[in-house]
Amino acid sequence: MRVPVSWLKDYVDITIPVELLAERLTLAGLEVGSIEYLGVPQRHIEGVRWPESRHLVWDREKILLAAIREVKPHPNADRLVLAMVDYGGAELEQCVTGAPNLFDFKGQGPLEQPLWTAWAAEGAEVWDGHSDEPKRMILKEKPLRGIPNRSMVCSEKELGLSDSHEGVIVFFDQPCNQITGQPAAPGTPLQDVLGDIILEVGLTPNLARAYSIYGVAREVAALLGQPLRPPSYDVLMEGAPIEGQVFIEIRDPELNPRFTLALLRDMQIRPAPEWMQWRLMLVGQRPINNIVDVTNYITFEIGQPLHAFDYDKLVARAGGKPPTIITRLPEPGETLNTLDERTRQLEPHNILVCDTAGVLSLGGIIGGAETEIGDDTRNVLLEAANWNFINIRRTMQSQKVQTDAGLRFSRGVHPGQAERGLRRGIELMRRSAGGTVAQGILDAYPLPAPTVVVDLPVREIRRLLGLDFTAELAADILRGLQFEVQINGDTLRVTTPDHRLDIGDNIIGQADLIEEIARIYGYDRIPDTLIADEMPPQWTNVALVREERTRDVLVALGLREQISHRLIAPEREALLVPAGNGPLVQAGYVELANPLAADKTALRHTLLLNLLENARSNARYTARQQVFEIGSVYLKSDGQSLPDEPRRLGILLTGPRRVESWQHDEAAANMDFFDLKGVVEGLLNGLHITGAVYDRAEHPSLHPGRSASLSINGTPIGAFGELHPLVARAFDLPETPVLVAEFDLEALLDQVEDLHKTTALPTTPPVLQDIALVVGEETPAAAVEAAIWKAGGDLLRGVRLFDVYQGDPIPAGHKSLAYSLTYQALDRTLTDTEVAKVQQRIVKACERELSAKLRA
Amino acid sequence: MHQQLETLYAEALAELEGLTDGQAVRAWESRYLGAKGAVTLILRSIGQIPKEERAAFGKRANEIKEALAEAYAERETLVRQQELARDLEEGAVDVTLPGRTTATGGLHPATQTLRQLYAIWAEMGFQVYRSRDVETDETNFSLLNIPPHHPARDMWDTFYTTTPGVILRTHTSPGQIHAMRDLGQNGTQPIRVILPGMCYRYEQVTARSEMQFHQLEGLAIGRNIRMSDLKGTISAFARRMYGANAAVRYRASYFPFTEPSMEVDVECFLCGGKGCRVCKYAGWIEIAGAGMVHPIVLQNGGYDPTEWSGFAFGMGPERMTMNKHDINDIRYFWQNDLRFLEQF
Ligand SMILES: [Zn+2]
Repeated sequence: MRVPVSWLKDYVDITIPVELLAERLTLAGLEVGSIEYLGVPQRHIEGVRWPESRHLVWDREKILLAAIREVKPHPNADRLVLAMVDYGGAELEQCVTGAPNLFDFKGQGPLEQPLWTAWAAEGAEVWDGHSDEPKRMILKEKPLRGIPNRSMVCSEKELGLSDSHEGVIVFFDQPCNQITGQPAAPGTPLQDVLGDIILEVGLTPNLARAYSIYGVAREVAALLGQPLRPPSYDVLMEGAPIEGQVFIEIRDPELNPRFTLALLRDMQIRPAPEWMQWRLMLVGQRPINNIVDVTNYITFEIGQPLHAFDYDKLVARAGGKPPTIITRLPEPGETLNTLDERTRQLEPHNILVCDTAGVLSLGGIIGGAETEIGDDTRNVLLEAANWNFINIRRTMQSQKVQTDAGLRFSRGVHPGQAERGLRRGIELMRRSAGGTVAQGILDAYPLPAPTVVVDLPVREIRRLLGLDFTAELAADILRGLQFEVQINGDTLRVTTPDHRLDIGDNIIGQADLIEEIARIYGYDRIPDTLIADEMPPQWTNVALVREERTRDVLVALGLREQISHRLIAPEREALLVPAGNGPLVQAGYVELANPLAADKTALRHTLLLNLLENARSNARYTARQQVFEIGSVYLKSDGQSLPDEPRRLGILLTGPRRVESWQHDEAAANMDFFDLKGVVEGLLNGLHITGAVYDRAEHPSLHPGRSASLSINGTPIGAFGELHPLVARAFDLPETPVLVAEFDLEALLDQVEDLHKTTALPTTPPVLQDIALVVGEETPAAAVEAAIWKAGGDLLRGVRLFDVYQGDPIPAGHKSLAYSLTYQALDRTLTDTEVAKVQQRIVKACERELSAKLRA
Repeated sequence: MHQQLETLYAEALAELEGLTDGQAVRAWESRYLGAKGAVTLILRSIGQIPKEERAAFGKRANEIKEALAEAYAERETLVRQQELARDLEEGAVDVTLPGRTTATGGLHPATQTLRQLYAIWAEMGFQVYRSRDVETDETNFSLLNIPPHHPARDMWDTFYTTTPGVILRTHTSPGQIHAMRDLGQNGTQPIRVILPGMCYRYEQVTARSEMQFHQLEGLAIGRNIRMSDLKGTISAFARRMYGANAAVRYRASYFPFTEPSMEVDVECFLCGGKGCRVCKYAGWIEIAGAGMVHPIVLQNGGYDPTEWSGFAFGMGPERMTMNKHDINDIRYFWQNDLRFLEQF
C-alpha cells in the first residue's frame, strides 16, 4: 500500500526523519519495501540503510509554485501558446508552451481565476519530457518560433511525478503550503507544496486494521508516542428523515453483520476537489467523479469501503416505491453484470446486495453495472456495510476478482468502522457535490461485534518475553494503540478498540497483547539470552547419519550428488518399461489437482526417471557422467489417503571410464556393468556391509543379460545394470551404455552394523600362489570363488580373480578363471608342503563340485 | 697366463673409461668382477699355473682385481653424478600442461548447506527430526492455527492432490505437530529439534522462485522458553554461520503459528551492510522467520500453554546457498546441470 507522508501528517505529527520512521515501521512489522521521493531530498541517517534514490530533487530556488495570469496566442504558431506566469517576481514571465490543457484559456485576456502550476526557471534541472528513456536536462534560453523563452511550466513527467506529458500541471484551487497549512503564494518552492515521500508498506494478514492511511497513522502514533488526530465524523444533515425512503433486510447476519445506508439528494456530479484527486493519484487511483472518488477516498483513508447507488434507479426498479435493500445468498441460476463488464454466474456462497427486483452487487467486492453512479445521477444512496472476511475471501478466489474493497473486507474490517465510514463519506460528498443529506442513517446491525476484554497478568509478559515490564509501562504501550487499560494490581484489564478484530480471548488474547507490547516496545530492546530451560535428552538420528555416510562413500567413489524435482509426469515414467515388460512399481500415484506444468503432475515412483532425464540433458555437454541421488518416492495404495514415502538411492554411470585428457594413450573404453558393480561393491565396503548376493535381475528397465539384483543376508535391496536398449532409445540417450541402479535405501541401511570388527595385522609372511581353473561358461564366478574359500580352510586368506579367458586352447563352451590365492598362518611361517596340500584340496573340490579342470 | 691377465686388465680399464651410463658400468662390473666375471674366472683357474708361479700370479691377480674394483667405484660414482646432473638438467616437463584429471565426486550444494546447518544446530542441542512430504490439510494448516479459507492462507500457494484434504506440504511447520505428538509424550517432555525437508508451492518456476525447495524448521519446547531465548539462540546461530561479528536484526512479522512472530536479518556478509546486489542495496539479508509457538499450536501438540512455551524458526537452505555463492538463478538447484554441480 502506498502511504503518502503528506496525507499521514493529517492524523499524526511525524517527529523523526521519514527514513527513520520507515525503519521503525519495518521493525514493528509494517514492512516498508521502498521509499519514493517526489521532489524532496533523501536524508541519510546514521545506522539506517535505504538504497540511494535516483529521483529529481526540485531546486528550491528554481522550481516554484506559480500562477498563470493569462494565456496569449503565439503570434507565429497555432500549436503553441504564451503562458504569462506569476512566479512571485516583479514581472510576469512569458513561457512558450504547447500544453493542450492551456488552449481552452487562450485569448481570454487576464484570467479572473489564475491557473496554478509548477514553474521551472532557467538553469533548473528537470526530466526531459520528450525522451522515452529517463533523461535529465538543464533549462536553457531557447526561442520558440521567434518568441524568446527561457523557463517553462512543467508537466508531471518533467517533475518526475508520473509518465504523463499530455499537458502541464494545472490546479484551479489555490494549493496549500504544507509547512504553514495556509494557501501557498506564487513563488513558494514547489517542494513545500507538492513535495512528498511515499512509503510502500507491505501488510501481513494480521495487520488488516492498518490497511488505510489512518490505520498506518495509528501505528505511527503508537511508535512515536504522539497523539492521534482522527478525521472528523461530523455530518450536516438537513434533508427529510431517511426513515421510509429506503429499507434494509439482512437475511444472513453471519455473512453480513452490519449494513448502513445514507441518502443524499440533489447532488451535482462533477470532478472531485483537486486535493482529493491529487491524493488518490498518489495512492495509485484514477479520479472519476466526486461521488465515486469519495468512496475510494474513504477506503484509502480509514479502510472502510463504501458503495454508492443511483437512488432513482433503485426507486424505478421498485416500481416507484421506496426500495428495499436485501442482502442474501443467490437463488439458483442468478447472474450479475459487474462494473468490470463481466457477467458473473453466482455461486451458492456469494453474498449479494439485492433489491426486490434482483441482484445489485457482489457484497463487499464489486458493484453491479445497472445501478452505478452516472453523470446524470441526482440522488445517491450510500452504503457502508460489514462482511464476513472468510466468505469474502472465498468469493474473491472463486469469482477471480480483486478490488480495493474486497482486499480490505477479505482481511477483516471491524463492523464499528461502517458507521464512521458512512458519516465521513456523506460529509465529503455533501461538500463537493452540494445537495442535502437525509437526516439519520439507516443502521441494520443484527450481529454486533463483541467487545473483547482480556485480563493480562504482568508475569505472563515476563514468562513469554524474558523481560520485566511494569504494569504501567505495558499499559502505556497498549494505550498508545488505543486499547483501554485498567490496572488491577499485577493484572491489566485490556479492552480492545472497535477497529481491530485480531485480539482473541483468554490465553490467545494474552499472546496477542504480548506481541503488541513487544512490537511497539521494540524487539531490539528485548535481550538475547541463552536457554536456561532443561536440555531434553540428546539422541542421534541413526537413519540420517547412515544416509549421510552413504553420500560420503559415493562421493569418495567419484560420484556427484544430484537432487531433482520430485514432481514428474506418470506418462514419462511409463517410458521406463518397454512394451510387454512387467510394471516397474505396483502402486498408485499422488496426483496433483492443480498441476502447474504438464511434466509435473504427480509425485515420482522411482528415481530412474530423474536420473535418465538429467543424463540426457547433461549429455549435451558431458560424455562422462557419474551421479547419484538420494530421496523419497511416493507410493500410494488403495484406501490410503497418505502415501508411503520410502527413501531410495539411485546411481547412474555413463561415458568413458577415465576423464579425457591430452595424453591420448589413456583414452579409455566406456563404462560397463562392471564399473557400476565396482561402485556398488565400493559402497557396501564403505558401509561395512557384508553378505551381498548378486543374481540375475528381472528388472523391466534393465538389459536382461547385463543386470543384477542385490540382496543382502536374504533382504532384497534392488537392482542395477545396463539400461535396457529400448528404454535408452525411448529417452533419446546416446549410444553409449547407461548403467543405473536403484536401491531401497532403508533396507540397505538396515544392514549397516554400527560396530564392525577389524583383523589384526599378520606378522608372518604370506605365500602367494596362482591357480587357473577351466569351468563351463555358465558357471558363475561367484560359485568358483565360494568353492575355493570353502576348500581353502583357515590358511587361505585372500582370493583375487585376475583373469577371465575364453578361446584357444580352452575348449569351446568353457572359460578359464585365474585366481591369485594368498595363504598365511598367523602363528608361523607356512611351509611349501602345507601350502601345496591346501592348494591340492582346492583343486580337488573344484573338480568335484564344478567339474573344473586345472589349467596346465 | 700372466700375459692374458695383463691384457685383460688393460682391456677392462680401457673399456671402463669409455662407459658413460650407469647400466653399462654395472654390466661391466658383473662382466669382469662378478661371480662369473673374467677376473674371477682367471683367479679360479690358478690351479693350471705351475706351483712356483702361483704366489706371484695370485698376488698380481688380486692387485688387478682391487685396482679394477677401485676404478669401478670411481667410475660408478662419476657416472651417477653425471646422470643425476643430466636428469636435473634435461628431465624438465612443461609444467603448464594440464594434470591428469581424477574424477572427483561432490555433494549437492543444498546438501552442503543442510549439513552445515545440522552441525551448528547439533552443537546447540537440536537433533534432526524428519517428517513426511505429503500432508493433510489439517496438519499443514488447521492445526497450525490457519483455518480453512483464512486470509493467512494467501501466504502459501498450495499444491492440492486429487485426494481431498491431502496436499504437498507448503512448509516444514507441520513437522512441529508431528514432533510434539511424537516426542512430547502428551506434553510432558521438552523438545529441541530441527526439521529439514522438501516443501512445495504452487508457483511458476522462474529464476527467482521454485515450486520445490528445502526448508529447515527448528522447534524448542520447554517449561521456561522465552522470546529472549529465541533471540539469543538465533544470534548464536548467526555468529556460527556468518562469523563472530555477525550483526542480527529482528523485525516484527506474522505467522499464524507463532506469536510474537518475527523475521530475522543478518547484516550483509558480502558488503558489510553498505549495500550490494545480493542484499538488494538494503545492507540486510533475511535468514529466517521465527517466533514463539502460538498457544493453539502448543495445545494441538499436546502441551498446556499456560505451563509450557516454545519457539520455532524456519530457514531456507537454498536462499542461504545462493547468497553465499552469488547464485542468481534458483532453477540451477534441481536442474542438475553437471557444469553447475561441479562448481561445488
Ligand atoms: Zn550486501
